[in-house]
Amino acid sequence: MPADIDELVALSTEGDRAAFDELVRRTYHDTYTLALRLLGHEEDARDVTQEAYLRAYRGLPKFRGDAQFSTWLYRITANCASTHLGRRARNRHEVLDDEAPVADLHPDGDPAGRADQAALRAELTDALRRLPPKLRAVVVLRDIYDLPHESIAAELGISESAAKVRLHRARRKLREDLFPLPGDPTAVEGVEAPGRAHAV
Amino acid sequence: MPCDQLTDTLPGVADGSVTLDRAGRAHVEACLRCQAELVRYRRLLRSLHGLRGEWVAAPGLLTEILAALDGVDPDEREARTGRRTAYLSGIAAATAAGAAGAIVFATRVRHRRPLAG
Ligand SMILES: [Zn+2]
Repeated sequence: MPADIDELVALSTEGDRAAFDELVRRTYHDTYTLALRLLGHEEDARDVTQEAYLRAYRGLPKFRGDAQFSTWLYRITANCASTHLGRRARNRHEVLDDEAPVADLHPDGDPAGRADQAALRAELTDALRRLPPKLRAVVVLRDIYDLPHESIAAELGISESAAKVRLHRARRKLREDLFPLPGDPTAVEGVEAPGRAHAV
Repeated sequence: MPCDQLTDTLPGVADGSVTLDRAGRAHVEACLRCQAELVRYRRLLRSLHGLRGEWVAAPGLLTEILAALDGVDPDEREARTGRRTAYLSGIAAATAAGAAGAIVFATRVRHRRPLAG
């Protein structure tokens, strides 16, 4: 089996199922992690990951190789996750509105005094999970996975300008969640407090 | 210019995707509060980017995906490129699709557990 992803993609495109299985083997952790970040739910993320590979396998003959395989797979995963979220919201009457309040939970200490990047990333993962799904999708795809606004807009079925507005709103909510300041989110004046306000 | 006029702009200024006009630039250059805000946004962006390399384990998922792929009818896939698909009879393909369909169904009705936290 070739070591190179591009070779595996080429063989898969020619109908080599073993090559595609190897592609799945090498990428499924990454795809699952993206799905989990988009959906915030393990079982949903497993379903969406599976669905994404089924779609990728069916669509591979159309993959031209002008994009990276990983980027192509991220786009498919984003689209599957978006559809899944829409379905889930209809079924469970979940609030999908991007103005939905962010849960104000700060279980541990003061991030201002925390130098540890790993700890910050762990808090960031929690903060992402607290974002409304519509905001979370855009910031995950743009700021973690580097997808361009154009691709994000296409896969989520929104305009590019809506994608940008959501991205900035998501960054702002994350900033408020991780580095809260007195008077957030409407503060006009004021200086940064030495510690964080503990939440209810 | 009060700081709050830049509240919606700074998240985009932080990665250079939004450019401030002259008044905005002049404000930020003179305002420690907005400069501190930009520092926080840049730290946030670095941390987000750092998440790219982190993977979450998904035990058993690979087996589920490969089993689901067994159910894809090669005719359906190959039809797009018009290649020959004579290596699998239609009956065999339909049987495989049915079996894998059952696996997919079983996967989807598993009990749903919300994530901790
Ligand atoms: Zn200011």
